[in-house]
Amino acid sequence: MNESAKPRVGLLVTCLVDLFRPSIGWAAMKLLEDAGCTVEVPPQTCCGQPAYNSGDRILAKDIARRAIETFASYDYVVAPSGSCAAMLAKHYPGLFAGDPVSAAKAKAFAGKVYELAQFLTDVMKVEKVKARLARRATYHDACSGLRELGIAKAPRKLLNGVEGLELVEMAECERCCGFGGTFAVKYAEISTAIADEKIADVKASGAVLLLAGDLGCLMHIAGRLSRRGESVEVRHFAEVLAGMTEEPAICVSRPKRSPGSSA
Amino acid sequence: MSASQFTRDAHRALRNPQLRQALYASRGGFIAKRAAAAARLPEFEALRDNARDIKAHTLAHLDLYLESYEEKVIESGGIVHYARTADEANDIVVSICRRRGAKLVVKGKTMIGEEIGVNAALEANGVVPVETDLGEYCIQVRGEMPSHIIAPAVHLTPKQIAADFRRAHRDLPPTRDLSEGGALLAEARAVLRKKFLSADVGITGANFLVAETGTSIVVTNEGNGDLAATLPEVHVVLASIEKLVPTLEDAGTLLRVLSRSATGQDITVYTTFTTGPRRRGDPDGPEEYHVVLLDNGRAGLFGGEFAEVLRCIRCGACMNHCPVYQTIGGHAYGSVYSGPVGAALTPALVGIENTVDLPNASSFCGACESVCPVRIPLPKLLRHWRERARRIAPARQRFALAVWGFFAKRPAIYRLASRAAVWALARVGREAGHLRALPFAINWTASRDFPAPRSTTFQAQFKQMRRS
Repeated sequence: MNESAKPRVGLLVTCLVDLFRPSIGWAAMKLLEDAGCTVEVPPQTCCGQPAYNSGDRILAKDIARRAIETFASYDYVVAPSGSCAAMLAKHYPGLFAGDPVSAAKAKAFAGKVYELAQFLTDVMKVEKVKARLARRATYHDACSGLRELGIAKAPRKLLNGVEGLELVEMAECERCCGFGGTFAVKYAEISTAIADEKIADVKASGAVLLLAGDLGCLMHIAGRLSRRGESVEVRHFAEVLAGMTEEPAICVSRPKRSPGSSA
Repeated sequence: MSASQFTRDAHRALRNPQLRQALYASRGGFIAKRAAAAARLPEFEALRDNARDIKAHTLAHLDLYLESYEEKVIESGGIVHYARTADEANDIVVSICRRRGAKLVVKGKTMIGEEIGVNAALEANGVVPVETDLGEYCIQVRGEMPSHIIAPAVHLTPKQIAADFRRAHRDLPPTRDLSEGGALLAEARAVLRKKFLSADVGITGANFLVAETGTSIVVTNEGNGDLAATLPEVHVVLASIEKLVPTLEDAGTLLRVLSRSATGQDITVYTTFTTGPRRRGDPDGPEEYHVVLLDNGRAGLFGGEFAEVLRCIRCGACMNHCPVYQTIGGHAYGSVYSGPVGAALTPALVGIENTVDLPNASSFCGACESVCPVRIPLPKLLRHWRERARRIAPARQRFALAVWGFFAKRPAIYRLASRAAVWALARVGREAGHLRALPFAINWTASRDFPAPRSTTFQAQFKQMRRS
């Protein structure tokens, strides 16, 4: 494919990945480039969900307007998060209700927004990624991606192509993990109790690796697992698909460089 | 800052092993049975669309349907009473009882009765109300509120109910065996049968009121709706105005989604249709038939951003699928309507200033909306309540959002500030890979570790890579 025919993708890194887990951003970039896209990362902040879900529509609208401008020139906008992608694709247009010009713009914009796995399988027609990881893993259907964008098959299909990876289903894989954005800190005890139920299902599945597509949920579950001293590893599925698992799992310490090691 | 009543009750619930056990025991069945019922019926999703449209249409023309309904009730010999408030509704019920000299009232299940507190009003006027739905009877014996719309005693274990029955039914032999659910049911049945036969007035709720015929429809699995409607000499239907549907056929459509969504049954064991009092030649039925139509704040929702909550047909599916409800139970919501629909409706009934926690205590997972038979966009409604509640949110929360907003709107400053913050966090947490305590996020780190970030942000790394 020559350069000009390649689709130009603006990567919405998401604020959590930007701040706390850059490896997911790099994995997303590699997957998109391997699939034949030109990827760019325009300066960005956040999709506006914290404001929107806290009831501040004016602030959310302000942030949405900026994001729409930031990504206006790309063929596609792709996010390694079902929740942020759903914010752009499903909620931005509604924010401009009563303002037909902006609403039409937001609607057109929404049409080019995709979650990562969905974009790879549905738009770029990726059948199989080149990656290897010998683990028994289970996939958690993070809520926004599943219910607002219908993402369930795409990540499983891609993960099933990873050599050595055994994907097992846990009970109630579609049940919320209890994160819920600000809910996780406003109602921390309820949020944690829900995480404990998720963890019970993960452990019962026999998986040693938990995968999902939203860093918020992953930080919440990994944070709880770490506090409980459990050994289940937690990662974004993009890291596995991109073969970029040298980064320690979420909340796990980095291996220290010993004097004799070559690393 | 002291914890809110909601938070205190929720925390108490989290530490109540009996409650957690009872909720866990019921949840799997509710979810699996609904899923199986939906899967058995190929047109289920289309029926949900129909159900939504019927309710939306009725609400848009409610004035006409109320008029037609009232006309038909009068034609069939019944009386319609309009009540703007809970107090007005109670006064109407009490005055009917007083006029008849009633001493004992049997009640089929009615959520409106719970909403207006009709039992307390009757008791205050010397009338004894007896709940005849098994779950309602259990919580009446305990002096509790229902914790679920269709399964009011879902928070109880059979063991607790057995202990309550021993306390309440002192005339029965203390040595009797109540270890099986069947024994509890038989005992309640025997106690309640006597009440049915001696009651002066029967009060039922209504799942639907049919405008074209003046019929009220009530669904039960125990037959208590039938008995409460037909045995006493007076039948009082307690219902809110949004229960109207245009035709019997519409009611049929709604019944098809109601029981499947609620309990996973294709149809409930009893579906009771009552139209007016006993007619000449009828073998049984009441002499008087009254309908008390309650508004209690609902009319104020028409045409506004919360109007869709009035489509609710009270199946309870949103509660059964809600991770928050299933973890804390219904009582923590502090309202007879709990779970997602309770959180959307209660602020409209009692004011958002008294219920700030309800719309906020949701992870917005969307499971409720995905199973709602009339497709109420519950997360959207809760978000609208959060918009209303923002003005009265704690100053600390508003301040935090304002600070965050300042940065989120300014990418250049955001980049610098986030790099600095990440750098600092990374230095503290590098060794362990996580942080066990963060002074500005104690609510997170009280129960969860926080992942230590890399030494810099993705955007900074990206910029550096582009440069090299």
